[in-house]
Amino acid sequence: MAGEAAIINTAARASLWLQPHRIVLILIALGLVLSAAFFMRWDWLPQYWEMGLMGIWRALWILAVTCALGFLIAVPVGLAQAAGSIWVAAPAKVFCTIIRGTPLLLQLWLLYYGLGSLFPQYPWIRDSWMWPYLRQAWPYGVLALTLSFAGYEGEVMRGAFAGVPKGQLEAARAFGMSRWKILRRIWLPQAFYRALPTLTGETVLQLKSTPLVATISVIDIFAVAGKVRQDTYLTYEPLLLLALIYMAITGILVLALSRIEARIPVKVG
Amino acid sequence: MLGLLHSLEIAVGATIVGLLIGICGAYGKLYGGPVVRDLLAVYTTVVRAVPELVLILLLYYAGTDLINQVLTAIGYQRVDISGLVAGIAVLGFCQGAYSTEVMRGAILAIPQGQIEAARAFGMSPGLLLRRITLPAMLPFAIPGLANLWLIATKDTALLAVVGFFELTLATRQAAGVTKAYLIFYLAAGVLYLAVTLFSNFLLGRAEKWARRGMPSVKEAR
Repeated sequence: MAGEAAIINTAARASLWLQPHRIVLILIALGLVLSAAFFMRWDWLPQYWEMGLMGIWRALWILAVTCALGFLIAVPVGLAQAAGSIWVAAPAKVFCTIIRGTPLLLQLWLLYYGLGSLFPQYPWIRDSWMWPYLRQAWPYGVLALTLSFAGYEGEVMRGAFAGVPKGQLEAARAFGMSRWKILRRIWLPQAFYRALPTLTGETVLQLKSTPLVATISVIDIFAVAGKVRQDTYLTYEPLLLLALIYMAITGILVLALSRIEARIPVKVG
Repeated sequence: MLGLLHSLEIAVGATIVGLLIGICGAYGKLYGGPVVRDLLAVYTTVVRAVPELVLILLLYYAGTDLINQVLTAIGYQRVDISGLVAGIAVLGFCQGAYSTEVMRGAILAIPQGQIEAARAFGMSPGLLLRRITLPAMLPFAIPGLANLWLIATKDTALLAVVGFFELTLATRQAAGVTKAYLIFYLAAGVLYLAVTLFSNFLLGRAEKWARRGMPSVKEAR
């Protein structure tokens, strides 16, 4: 019985969603897509297929690494602003303000061209084990994106830490928990739950800033599209496909993150 | 310095275009017919899902090309669209999607009675928009719009990628000529930061002014 009711319910919702004008709009969109598929040139696709997959993989890899590292930095930054003395809070605040007040492209170029041009002047850096990494472009891209994520997320975590009800922390202290334990068991999980919806949005924003690393010669999907355009002199096709790929990734990301969000108990504090 | 001026010009222009699109879009989303509503939903979703850089490339090249093709098709001469206008149009188009959502939320936050009262007075829709809706939504919209303005100033840097001469590209060229990379990039960062902090100050004042007569945020909690 319950199953039947559910089926009827979804059917009703589908018919509500599929109103006549929607069907017409969907048909128009399908027509546009089909005409794009038939009238534009897609013969370059097989040639660049593998490269594109590599590019997508690299973009996702950069996204995952920078989000994870950025979050690790963001927690102490947020904690310092929410609870630290002025000597810790002030540098954290300055860090957030600087990161949020300047364009990411500028930070990226500052690190890559600015810092990158300083390193070769010192022989001891050239001799050290780090040199093979410092010569490549991707460490700078990862560093810049990590710092930017940490800056934006540090501000979010500050609000989340400050938003945890005082009673929770007082109760934890009354139980005789050490400060580290309070942070690990009470404060951080609750702050994380509070920050999660914002974190989802920030992750999507981070995905949208990954193409910037293509400007410092990291080959991600955006750079692949640029290469196709240079090789084939086509303007629209690679860019349209690129936009479609990013939309698909965004959709999957939002869906996955909302699944995680749904698993978390809503009633906190 | 010319680069900074160009950056600011584009940011201001894009914000104004974005605001206009935002007001129209929010009205369409709230009061428009089903087709308009669906089309606007597609517009805001697509623009917010695709990276700004890709959108800028797509619209910057495709948009100018398309306009020229249309013009030649109907028998006019090709026009040379300046980078400034194209940049403003492209960024404004991106901003419009975001500000549509901000405005929609702000209009929904207006107490319904105020709009009903205005209708009861027999105000025309235009007058209603000008006298009631826009002023009443301002306090709700300003924080979101302030964020958008800051994003707009930072998005102008992306136009450097398509070769428009603004602060970031100017910095890159100056740095390339003088080989003093670090100093020039740091200087440009300071300039951007100064713009941000200054507008933060102004926007804080504006919000206070728009909120006059309303209970402060702390008391309302």
